[in-house]
Amino acid sequence: MTQFLFYFLSFVAVAAGLMVITAKNPVHSVLYLIIAFFAIAGHYILLNAQFLAIVHIIVYAGAIMVLFLSVIMLLNLNKDNEPAKSNVLKLAAAVAAGLLLVTFTGTLKGTESIIAAQPYDDQIGYVKALGKVLFNDFLLPFEVSALLLLSAIIGAVVLVKHDLK
Amino acid sequence: MENISAQITQVAPLEHYIILSALLFSLGVLGVLLRRNVIIMFMSIELMLNACNLLLAAFSAFHSSAAGQIFVFFIMIVAAAEVAVGLAIIVMIYRNIHSIDINELSKLKW
Repeated sequence: MTQFLFYFLSFVAVAAGLMVITAKNPVHSVLYLIIAFFAIAGHYILLNAQFLAIVHIIVYAGAIMVLFLSVIMLLNLNKDNEPAKSNVLKLAAAVAAGLLLVTFTGTLKGTESIIAAQPYDDQIGYVKALGKVLFNDFLLPFEVSALLLLSAIIGAVVLVKHDLK
Repeated sequence: MENISAQITQVAPLEHYIILSALLFSLGVLGVLLRRNVIIMFMSIELMLNACNLLLAAFSAFHSSAAGQIFVFFIMIVAAAEVAVGLAIIVMIYRNIHSIDINELSKLKW
């Protein structure tokens, strides 16, 4: 059953990803990307990473995609006025992406022997265990990421403001 | 509970997660190469980041180490900051040249 779920979610994620890059209307692209994000959140739950799944839905589907949608509505881009690329360029892009896929699978396929058969710990995805690791081993990156978010807020405001003296 | 957790590691072998992540990443690269709409290229970048996140989470689960999931958390923070600044830049560009076609943005090319 869970195995079937894995392949179903993988199919949904890949199909939605394909629709994101082929859809003519940017709004449809955003909606397909949200479907892909939900499929990936399902993968996180299958991997027993519940905290990641919830944060993923809140941050990506909740915040980032709303930002995308609001910018598309703001710029009034929901009409397909995008000039098409030539077929040669499209073919070159497809070949390049396919070669990248072959390279990635080829290089990463050797890594599963490096992963030792560790005793499985089903507690690591929970908030308690993750919080202990985050606030003990990764405290400095956590604080730096707070600074990063602050600078992103200031940068976004500075960029879109009209008349900065 | 032990039975359930033992089943979860056997949902799919690690290779399948690797292939899935590579597929999603390649789709993102294809989107960046194929489209000329800056916003859709931006969404393709999000797709690539998510492929990396999925692979990190899979490695973390198979390695029984929480560090990978913390990395995913940090990548999400960076993606949120990137989207905020990037969309601000897109709005500013649109205000100046009234287009988000990537071919219009070749002023820095020589």
